[in-house]
Amino acid sequence: MTESTAARVAVPETITVNGSAEPLAAETIAALLAARNIESGARGIAVALNGRVVPRTAWDRTTIAAGDAVEIVRARPGG
Amino acid sequence: MTTDHKTTDPLVIAGRSFASRLFLGTAGYPNRQVMLDAIAASGTEMVTAAIRRISLAGEEESLVDLIGDRAHFLPNTAGCQTARDAVLTAELAREALGTTWIKLEVIGDRELLYPDVEELLRATETLVAAGFTVLPYCNDDPITCRKLADAGAAAVMPLGAPIGSGLGICNPHMIETICARSAVPVVLDAGIGTASEAALAMELGCAAVLLNTAVSKANDPVRMAAAMRAGVEAGRLASRAGRIARKRHAEPSSPQLGLVGT
Repeated sequence: MTESTAARVAVPETITVNGSAEPLAAETIAALLAARNIESGARGIAVALNGRVVPRTAWDRTTIAAGDAVEIVRARPGG
Repeated sequence: MTTDHKTTDPLVIAGRSFASRLFLGTAGYPNRQVMLDAIAASGTEMVTAAIRRISLAGEEESLVDLIGDRAHFLPNTAGCQTARDAVLTAELAREALGTTWIKLEVIGDRELLYPDVEELLRATETLVAAGFTVLPYCNDDPITCRKLADAGAAAVMPLGAPIGSGLGICNPHMIETICARSAVPVVLDAGIGTASEAALAMELGCAAVLLNTAVSKANDPVRMAAAMRAGVEAGRLASRAGRIARKRHAEPSSPQLGLVGT
């Protein structure tokens, strides 16, 4: 095993959620949301994976991989 | 019996009919009950909303659940500085709120909150092609308004004054020019401070008024919402009635003949 490979193995796999890095723990968008107490039926919520919107109906089957960037947004008061 | 002379005519944008020509923002109220009461007092049928990252600190009650069936949502892309960010925000809004309507805002400066016309046009073209009903917040510039309409905007929303400034309509002649020439409805968006300014917007030929701060930051938001409703209705009626020409001299309204003592 080369030194660089060892270093790569030692680094935990991470994703970015709303601009902040975190360990890759959830396998799917649905699981990532569930960990934040957001149910699949929650109104006013939307998710983007790597700059593309993931429709609510696809949250269950959309898997997350290391290096992915996820945006979780909701409707808020605005002008 | 017709009551046409008493009521405002419906506004139609992209095939959707509105009895109220006032669109209201949902931000900055003292509390959520005041916001709901102001929405009711305004008579509005469409309210704006922002799309923002969820808070990790926990969430308050959902705006969607609060508004319920009271009004349509017009989500915005407030704060976006590039067409790319605005397009993604619009796509997220469509998913979050189940509407293809978008108040398209692409600003060129975070302090001025002034529109970036190039990015705005680019985002309008992209979103129209993607099937959105695009209502761009734009400069009080008839050329920009024409280009946006040509690009497929369902309405154009020129600013009366900078967002949140309450300065009213700084260039009424240009707003009137835009209204006279526009192929799509003109919605006066931003700058309104009080009811007479909302009435003026309508008198200048605007199809509707969109405002937020003037109501949410008034001492009594619910009363101001009612005032805005009355102002918009009065202005629309006056616009349809047609004002008298301005003269530089007095002209008596009472008969000249038969004066006592002559």
